[in-house]
Amino acid sequence: MLLIRCPYCEEERPELEFRNAGEAHIARSANMAGESDDDFEKFFFIRSNPKGIIYERWRHMHGCARFFNAVRDTVTDKFIMTYKAGEPKPAKLPGASK
Amino acid sequence: MIAAFRIPGAGRLKQAETARFSFDGQSYSGVEGDTLASALLANGVHLVGRSFKYHRPRGFLSAGAEEPNALVEIKRDSARKTPNVRATVQELYDGLTAQSQNRWPSLSFDVGAVNDIASPLFSAGFYYKTFMWPKAAWKKFYEPKIRAAAGLGVAPDQPDPDHYSARFAHCDVLVLGGGAAGIAAALAAAETGVRVILADEQADFGGSLRFESGARIEGQDGFAWAQAAVAKLKGMDNVRVLSRTTAFGYYAQNFVGLVERVSDHLQNPGRELPRERLWQVRAKRVVLATGAIERHMVFADNDRPGIMLASAARTYLNHYGVAVGRNIGVYTANDSAYAAAIDLKKAGVGVAAIVDLRDNPTGPVIDEARALGIEVNFGRAVIRAGGKLRVSSMTVQPKNGGGERTIPVDAILMSAGWTPSVHLFSQSRGKVAFNDETKRFVPGTYVQDCVSVGACNGTDGLSATIDEAYAAGAKAAKDAGASTVKGTKPKVDASESWSRGMLGAAPGAGPGTTVKAFVDFQNDVTAKDIRQAVHEGMHSIEHVKRFTTNGMATDQGKTSNMHGLAIAAETLGKPIPQVGLTTFRAPYTPVTFGSIVGHARGPLFDATRKTAIHPWAEAQGAVFEDVGQWKRAWYFPKAGEDMHAAVDRECVTVRKTAGLFDASTLGKIEVVGPDAAKFMELLYTNPWEKLEPGRCRYGIMLREDGFIYDDGVVGRLAPDRFHVTTTTGGAPRVMNHMEDYLQTEFPHLNVWLTSITEQWAVIAVQGPKSRDIIAPLVEGIDMSDEALPHMSVREGRICGVPTRLFRMSFTGERGFEVNVPADYGQAVWEALWAEGQKLGACAYGTESMHVLRAEKGYIIVGQDTDGTVTPNDAGLDWAVGKKKTDFVGIRGMARPDLVAKGRKQLVGLKTKDPKVVLEEGAQIVADPKQAIPMTMIGHVTSSYWSQNCGRSIALALVAGGRDRMGETLYVPMPDGTIEVEITGMVFFDEKGERLNG
Ligand SMILES: [Zn+2]
Repeated sequence: MLLIRCPYCEEERPELEFRNAGEAHIARSANMAGESDDDFEKFFFIRSNPKGIIYERWRHMHGCARFFNAVRDTVTDKFIMTYKAGEPKPAKLPGASK
Repeated sequence: MIAAFRIPGAGRLKQAETARFSFDGQSYSGVEGDTLASALLANGVHLVGRSFKYHRPRGFLSAGAEEPNALVEIKRDSARKTPNVRATVQELYDGLTAQSQNRWPSLSFDVGAVNDIASPLFSAGFYYKTFMWPKAAWKKFYEPKIRAAAGLGVAPDQPDPDHYSARFAHCDVLVLGGGAAGIAAALAAAETGVRVILADEQADFGGSLRFESGARIEGQDGFAWAQAAVAKLKGMDNVRVLSRTTAFGYYAQNFVGLVERVSDHLQNPGRELPRERLWQVRAKRVVLATGAIERHMVFADNDRPGIMLASAARTYLNHYGVAVGRNIGVYTANDSAYAAAIDLKKAGVGVAAIVDLRDNPTGPVIDEARALGIEVNFGRAVIRAGGKLRVSSMTVQPKNGGGERTIPVDAILMSAGWTPSVHLFSQSRGKVAFNDETKRFVPGTYVQDCVSVGACNGTDGLSATIDEAYAAGAKAAKDAGASTVKGTKPKVDASESWSRGMLGAAPGAGPGTTVKAFVDFQNDVTAKDIRQAVHEGMHSIEHVKRFTTNGMATDQGKTSNMHGLAIAAETLGKPIPQVGLTTFRAPYTPVTFGSIVGHARGPLFDATRKTAIHPWAEAQGAVFEDVGQWKRAWYFPKAGEDMHAAVDRECVTVRKTAGLFDASTLGKIEVVGPDAAKFMELLYTNPWEKLEPGRCRYGIMLREDGFIYDDGVVGRLAPDRFHVTTTTGGAPRVMNHMEDYLQTEFPHLNVWLTSITEQWAVIAVQGPKSRDIIAPLVEGIDMSDEALPHMSVREGRICGVPTRLFRMSFTGERGFEVNVPADYGQAVWEALWAEGQKLGACAYGTESMHVLRAEKGYIIVGQDTDGTVTPNDAGLDWAVGKKKTDFVGIRGMARPDLVAKGRKQLVGLKTKDPKVVLEEGAQIVADPKQAIPMTMIGHVTSSYWSQNCGRSIALALVAGGRDRMGETLYVPMPDGTIEVEITGMVFFDEKGERLNG
């Protein structure tokens, strides 16, 4: 079981308290009704599913109940960092060699 | 009476304390502290099982967890039958009953042994090759036959009456393995004051100190030192010592799963004791002190009962006081077997000869063996063993060929060297490295915060082991935050040490095609099988493993992996590291389902939710159904009524008079704040800004893809306060969905969301007399149609307690939903029930609720919709705000496929024969005469007998359904085709007059 740091609680807590909520940094359009079919497809259906670093949303379901963002390596399952919802994608990852 | 092979004065058990036990119906006597294995050996019993594939007679190979052969069934009573218990691990208790497995009719005469003669049929990959054709025969014929003929134990056929417990634990330093290394590491860490857990799979700590008679630490015998050190650790507040506890899995971030066997060793475990306890431990640092496992020699018929690992024979002698034979042969490529021969010789047991594959080894143990008068042969191999049910001889030959000599023996001790137990290290995702000099894989690259010490790290000798382990324990404690380091390292006075050994097949392993030189005893894999796998093109060790099943049995190849790898490498002509080691996976040893399941079974499997009105319904004899975690009253049968009669009566009574229904399980969410209406506009398809406080609206919630996600009636209590209801099953995900949008997409909105499902009990009162039932109990609410029209909500009091009184209907009748604080739910229900009784009302359950709503064509999300239904498909376009510029789903709903013609639409269905009730889920076709497979154009979503309509009614999703009104379609069923007519969805009171009736 993984340990995940909640950026709101500022604590590492067991995975059991959390729930994954899909890929992060996919903004909902302010003009949703006017989106083209292609743009809607990109927004709703297309996910990066990388081998390696993924930016994803988690919710501290059985804790503070807040949604936040996490950077995880899909190869090792390691959480590299977490940050609050609404904060930009981190420019630099801690311990990243490349 | 002392058993025949128990040596008076030898070993550590109190030989006076006896225990009776039985094996295959025969009664024996053992000694307290014995394992089943040592007790059987004390009685001269070696034959304890038949092998998996060839049904060959098998005895004990080991004295520990690595045992591949001696698997037995332990039976406490008819329900407590545990198969595949390793007799070398099972502790003896008075009255223990064990049985051998995989033999018929008896262990000494087993019909299945014909497989041994027919073994050419069962060569490597035989499952893959033999049973590929015809394909259909695999499932029907081959698989059941193979399953019946192969396999080991028989699974119990009754529910497990034992209980299992579970603990989470955190510590600074977790030490896995309680031999000399583990104890030294634990001492070093514990003395700093940090929290330490020390676990070992055995009943007694000490590891190989159990048999190493030459070890002396701190002026005492090594095993005695271990007991004293563990006693000291147990006395420390910061230390938890777990014996009989196996670390079976090493997971991410130093999370380790352990199983503690709490009561399998007890004669009468009380009900208060769990059988096993699962420990899930999170450790800042882990010290792996898992030791090493001795390997056998690979030669012809090396599986005869009486042939075992040298260290096992030594353990049986030095710990249990048991001689494994009277005239013992030794076959080795390693010094450690000499120590076994020396110990046995000194105990008065005959040692016929030592056969050493090495050419000219030297060392003190060799000198000592010679000095004791033991015959020692160098450069020779045991090329086969004689005997069947018990080894009777060993045939020796110079290793490069030459004259044979057969020596009578009743046991052969083997040692090909020691394999470091890197299982847990490998599970931690660490990478092993091959040491070419010592021919072993040792921990290489670490991935987690752990360290390996002692034999599992390839460290030889007791002094070096304790030096390394003590330093590692202290460092782990320091890394985990310890500041003070005190205590002193245990002093080693004398130790044993031995050199390498060999990997792979010895000269006695072939190259013949009929020779059975076993590599993997549990899966019956021979040296020949591995060579054959390579010859047939398996060049990766992972393929060799799967093709031969080497290392894939429940012992996970603890004794076989390295031999198998070496034989494959030799056949491939490649160095071992290039062939690679297969991956180690959890569990290290088999784990019971019970320990994983723990308390989560029966009533504790999942939470059971009951409404405030549940006890009343139960007292009334309601039949309940499970809806998610909820228990809901399904129907209320009167004496003599079956379900149909009860539901018919309930449905008619509601429309004629009135009925009470417990709707408390409906999800309820309060949406509050200055931007509450704006938020509702975004989350629901409907317009909300203009809804007057005091009024209600039926709301539809979509996902972003435009499909219906949930629905429910929403009441606006105040400009900034909405009382939202959801489906019973949808409550948690709707709450999550709302929170998600509020927190991450619309965080600028000033809104609070609160789940109030549990806070309000809901009593639906429906029917023409509903107002008459409620009105006498209500204060502060004008109940007239003018003041409280359909789809409105008022706050007031009922029976003196606060209420949110909704005028709404899920039956098509005049109706109300009375919300009261849950604590008053049953009292208010009883008051309403008393009023209802006066007028002839009934209580009705979920089945009648379903029928009544279907008569009106009201949909149930999740039954009439399936996640691919749009509001338009469901005929709910009217509930979508046409002027709205945004809501969740607005764009998805407009996707080309979702607005295309011919989509499945919800319609009503009437069977041509009104008495026929369709099956929900039944498929619909336009032409019943078409060829199979037919083109299915829809399916039935809801179907009931409607007593109010005097006929069956159904809802269905049908392609282009609304353009097919009046069309005849067909529902093909196994016993005939049913004719149906497409109709509107409202079957009763089409004009809706009864809402105010
Ligand atoms: Zn949190």
